[in-house]
Amino acid sequence: MEFVLDAVDQRIIQATQAGLPLVPEPYAAVAEKVGIPAEVVMQRLRAMQASGAIRRIGVVPNHYALGYKANGMTVWDVDDALVDALGERIGNLDFVSHCYRRPRHPPQWPYNLFAMVHGHDRKEVEQYAAHIGRILGLACHQHDILYSNRILKKTGLRIAP
Amino acid sequence: MHPHSVPPPIADYASAALLDDVDRRIINGLQGGFPVCTRPYARAARDLGLEEAELLARLRRLLDERVLTRFGPLFDASRFGGANVLAAMSIPRQDFERIAQFVNQQPEIAHNYRREHRLNMWFVGAAETPEKVEAAFRYIEDITGYPVFRFPKEQEYFVELMLRA
Repeated sequence: MEFVLDAVDQRIIQATQAGLPLVPEPYAAVAEKVGIPAEVVMQRLRAMQASGAIRRIGVVPNHYALGYKANGMTVWDVDDALVDALGERIGNLDFVSHCYRRPRHPPQWPYNLFAMVHGHDRKEVEQYAAHIGRILGLACHQHDILYSNRILKKTGLRIAP
Repeated sequence: MHPHSVPPPIADYASAALLDDVDRRIINGLQGGFPVCTRPYARAARDLGLEEAELLARLRRLLDERVLTRFGPLFDASRFGGANVLAAMSIPRQDFERIAQFVNQQPEIAHNYRREHRLNMWFVGAAETPEKVEAAFRYIEDITGYPVFRFPKEQEYFVELMLRA
């Protein structure tokens, strides 16, 4: 489903994508910045929530600061005929934060299923990966775990003004 | 590369992990569902058993200490015709900092992580249109001389992770 943004939505996104103002009436502060009534800001935000354009409103924690120091991107080479059915099952695992089918780039990159796994240490991530491997079974031909060892940049969505 | 232009290495976050029970309640209870109303902090604070002023002060501190990377709406760019594409590059060690700085300077690059693999730089390009993302990737290829491997999502298997503090 696609959501058509008008100029007011765009300005609201620009005014909130770096974060909500930390003042008692944050939507009024956004409204003042955008130059529209606070009621319109709230109405537009609710519409964007209803359409899925806003996934959620809340805190975005830093994994590392919470002790989730091992962030493993597990990648799997899974039979094309089975990848969607298996991907749904992997996505349902509670230690998986994102799960996608993506294109292979042979010969450098044979993997088509990506599942992001967060653990307190690498041993925990490896246990989770082993669990995924058991679910994939013979449909998976090879896999790897890519650990991140540094955040180089992390920002929210940016819409240029 | 200037030492202050990128986030510190992971080890530097250790001190930020000293969270008390109230911090944990905020982090665990406010990963979604922040209200859209005139005094949302007051309402959220009541649900968490706090005062409005304390919630505001705690959020400010958690953001300053980078326990939180952000507080606010999380937009799904793909839902409004925007594009969001994962990509990776293989950058030799001696060039890594220089290229990372250049890649990070591009406004279309939302996240960038160093990963332990031959493909060692993984980032997300996000913009209003797929063409703008593709143009950013081409520009990075042209300027750096290194290929950008594109990994657009072909299918999303939906999940909702709640990180426990």
